[in-house]
Amino acid sequence: MSELNIRDLKVSIEGKQILNGVNLNVKQGEVHAIMGPNGTGKSTLAYTLMGHPSYLVNSGEVTFKGQNLLDLAVDERSRLGLFLAFQYPVSIPGVTVANFLRTAVNARRKALNPEDKGIAIPEFRKLLMEKMAVLKMDSSFAGRYLNEGFSGGEKKRAEVLQMAVLQPEIAILDETDSGLDIDALRIVSEGVNLLRSQNIGVLLITHYQRMLNYIKPDVVHIMMGGTIVESGGAELALHLEEHGYDWVREKYENGVPSAS
Amino acid sequence: MLAPVFTDSQGELNKYQRQAWEAFKSLPFPDNSQEAWKRTSIRGMHLNKLQLADSHNNSKIPAELTKPLTDDLHGGEILFNGTQVTIELDEKLAKQGVVFTDLQHAQKDHPEILAKVLKASTTYSEDKFAALAAAFGSNGVLLYIPKNVIVEKPLHSLLWTSGEGKLHAFQVFVFLEENASATFVHESASAENKDSQNLHAALMDVKIGPNSKLNFVELQSLGSQDWNFTHEKVSVDQDAEVDWIFGALGSHLTKNFSDLNLVGRGSTGKMSGFFFTNGNQHLDHDTQQNHLAPNTTSDLLFKGALLGESRSVWQGMIYVAENASKTDGYQANRNLVLSEKARADSIPGLEILTDDVRCTHGATVGKLDTDQVFYLESRGIPRNEAEKLIVEGFFDPIMQRIPFEGVRKRFQNAIEQKMNEY
Repeated sequence: MSELNIRDLKVSIEGKQILNGVNLNVKQGEVHAIMGPNGTGKSTLAYTLMGHPSYLVNSGEVTFKGQNLLDLAVDERSRLGLFLAFQYPVSIPGVTVANFLRTAVNARRKALNPEDKGIAIPEFRKLLMEKMAVLKMDSSFAGRYLNEGFSGGEKKRAEVLQMAVLQPEIAILDETDSGLDIDALRIVSEGVNLLRSQNIGVLLITHYQRMLNYIKPDVVHIMMGGTIVESGGAELALHLEEHGYDWVREKYENGVPSAS
Repeated sequence: MLAPVFTDSQGELNKYQRQAWEAFKSLPFPDNSQEAWKRTSIRGMHLNKLQLADSHNNSKIPAELTKPLTDDLHGGEILFNGTQVTIELDEKLAKQGVVFTDLQHAQKDHPEILAKVLKASTTYSEDKFAALAAAFGSNGVLLYIPKNVIVEKPLHSLLWTSGEGKLHAFQVFVFLEENASATFVHESASAENKDSQNLHAALMDVKIGPNSKLNFVELQSLGSQDWNFTHEKVSVDQDAEVDWIFGALGSHLTKNFSDLNLVGRGSTGKMSGFFFTNGNQHLDHDTQQNHLAPNTTSDLLFKGALLGESRSVWQGMIYVAENASKTDGYQANRNLVLSEKARADSIPGLEILTDDVRCTHGATVGKLDTDQVFYLESRGIPRNEAEKLIVEGFFDPIMQRIPFEGVRKRFQNAIEQKMNEY
């Protein structure tokens, strides 16, 4: 079973340390929600795990499926089974959704077998159309340039589509709920739940409880000052929704438990 | 210095070439003091060592270049292998009065049409290299479409050059009468011979009659020995239209002048160009959109990517004459600089002598976006492939304007080849 294991991770960007020792363990089949106010390092954690070059790991270790994740190139991490649904997906003008996803599928096949000639176009088309139907996307979507001129909701749906096609083992959803109306939120959540039923592990980063109404977390973590300060069950998210973060702030000044 | 060899002293071609030769002798070589030549230097080109191309150093044309451009056959094809020519034209088209042949045959078989075309052409007087192309260009293409003739299948010509220290001069004349239409693809290519130096000088003169439409595709994939100088003029008459596409991949150095002259009321011209340079290539494209009549429309998009220590220049001008009211002119140039040592210069310009017009322009020079690369890598696509995909995407809007799958494929392969060395 795949497992993402984060030990005492410290990360800085532009000389400023943002993550101050994160510990986290996500197994395949589990949903972990990470909540917390803005600027506490949630997105930094997501980008670091995926390997964005702007983030510098100062210390700590991350293993995924027994391998040292931090030693791997970005594309290798993806092919190993890690996925990041971006908060702000980047547009790639001139590259269609279909062409992009076929290239990504073929990169996986080629890594397994250098002789591979790539997925047959009709087979790929069938796969893509099936996944798009689940996410209630019009078939014309496949021919559009990736994220170019997409609405906020379309971008998020496209992220989940990519996840559905690439079938990762652990997926990080970075504020996938932001910018979605209720209908889109429901469709995107259903898409995630379908993958969950196929035993994906999810690290879901969000500000709000509302997505957790659709995707029931096994564990909820609160992040503050660059570390995880509280962990609990689904009820922790409901508590936050009702009471806000002030009680957490009072309890942990800048991420350091005041009691210790 | 070389002197041209004139054949058939009685013909119109001979007269035209002699005029061009006089012009050549009186015109100075361009130098960096002229605005158009500020960024492109011809020092380093050994003109005095050049010899006329002859039949001794023809080489075999690669099969890829003569493959049909579409599933359908060509309407006609002319292959110039140095001084050797093969000509094919659909009989039906010939019966309709379509002329698609080389200049030597045109002189014998269609002297009146050739005379009409040559008398209307003064492009040779533009500068030294235009005169050179005309004076030495004893061969080239004549395409003539009579009134009311619609040619559906594409017409294709290819100039294939080889040899060392050779001058290859070439001319293309296209003339569409009223209510006619055609698609014409002209390619210049050569055998790679990097230790040598050849000169390719070409002149193209295209006239599109009232209500006519021409799709004109030009592809340049000359070898790294070629110094390439071209003067092109497309003149568009009332309510006529040109869709003009350029693709430039080759040559050591190129200086190209492309003028769109919208001479008739309601005429339209679309110019789409792309170039992709590597190594120490230097490609300089000078475009002119001349609105010379009212209600005319022009739309130019040039896109370029650069690798290695290569350099590109695009200098564009929209000119609107005093009488050309209600015109709409647009120009944009986008460059993607893929290496620290490459450089792209982008110089848009407007000169508007009347009110009531709409003219806009835009120019950008940018690098590969690291966030785009990261995004693609995060989907498991290796970095070099991610970068290739972004570059292909950059060119895609232009590729979509090329009406032939075969031509698109050829250029995608070329992009791939160049990206492989990135």
